[in-house]
Amino acid sequence: MQGQIIFYAGFAVAVWLFLIGLYGIVSSRHLVHLCLSLTVVQASTYVLLAVVGYRPGLPAPIFVTMPATSSAVDPVIQALMLTDVVVEATVIALLLSITVRVHRRTASADPNEVDLMRG
Amino acid sequence: MSRIWRATVFVTGAAGIAVLFGLVCGTLPGPLAVRNRYAEAINSRVYAQRNVTDAVSAVNFDYRGFDTVGEEFILFVSVLGSISLLRMTSEKTDGLLRDAAEPSRDVPASDAIRLWILIMIAPKVLFGIYIVTHGQLTPGGGFQGGVILATAALMLYLGESFAVFRKVVSRPAVEIAEAVGAGGFLLLGMIAWFWGKPFLTNVLPLGKTHELTSGGTMPLISLATGLEVTAGFVLLLFAFLEETLTVRGEE
Repeated sequence: MQGQIIFYAGFAVAVWLFLIGLYGIVSSRHLVHLCLSLTVVQASTYVLLAVVGYRPGLPAPIFVTMPATSSAVDPVIQALMLTDVVVEATVIALLLSITVRVHRRTASADPNEVDLMRG
Repeated sequence: MSRIWRATVFVTGAAGIAVLFGLVCGTLPGPLAVRNRYAEAINSRVYAQRNVTDAVSAVNFDYRGFDTVGEEFILFVSVLGSISLLRMTSEKTDGLLRDAAEPSRDVPASDAIRLWILIMIAPKVLFGIYIVTHGQLTPGGGFQGGVILATAALMLYLGESFAVFRKVVSRPAVEIAEAVGAGGFLLLGMIAWFWGKPFLTNVLPLGKTHELTSGGTMPLISLATGLEVTAGFVLLLFAFLEETLTVRGEE
């Protein structure tokens, strides 16, 4: 029962993070705020992955002290998540440096004022 | 597009997503009914097949090593992109703009904070190296340890200044380290070709389980990844700090 609650609550949190992050992007008045809102959207993928790999009551797939044949949660999902976290941090750095460029060029960081397509 | 119009579009779309997502979640079989055979196959075999105890690192650096190459090069390319974009700004200074983030006044940090931060750097480096090298045994590996190592460099800036940071951390060395990390991963994958095996096959001796040398190519690839991640993040620090200083210097 507890497993069921965690399972469905995880999906709910994931979609909530996705939508609230998207709201941040849509209503953003500053490009840095926009980048940070994107990280909130990305956080929803972490939660979603965690729930997809979740098995009630099972431990992490580290077989140091537990027997090698015991079952554990999905290691593929965990590998995806940990690379995702590190890689997204650098992608955010790329977006922030684009923000610096835009601000340099147009003297504004408001996505409503900056005509991004004109550069 | 006006703000109200945009908000309307967003609310409509968001409500649609929420409703559809809720409907789909209702049809899910539930956590107990799901059986992921691929995960079970890896979990039950990793100990006997690869002599390692951390299934996550085994997936990352061995079973799905090819995917990790892709991940690592996303990292590599975004660091490259950030650096070239920021370099363009520090070269072309038109003196038109000021730093919107309002740079903090140069208030020196208190001695207690500086001392504490500098003392913490050594254990942090040690901890980072520990996490990088023990990836095949316990939770950890190149990605996590690399970030920890990079924050050690950041602490140098926080405790002292960018001048000290630049003096201690040699930029050419970091650039070489990043190239070695990225290229090392590929070269380690190519070792398998000498045995006529596909790219990234784990061909080195697997060693004894529970030991640092277990896992064949796994600890080496973890090390290469750690180098790449550390160097990548330190280069980002360099680029952003230099950019801030250029802007500040102009004022």
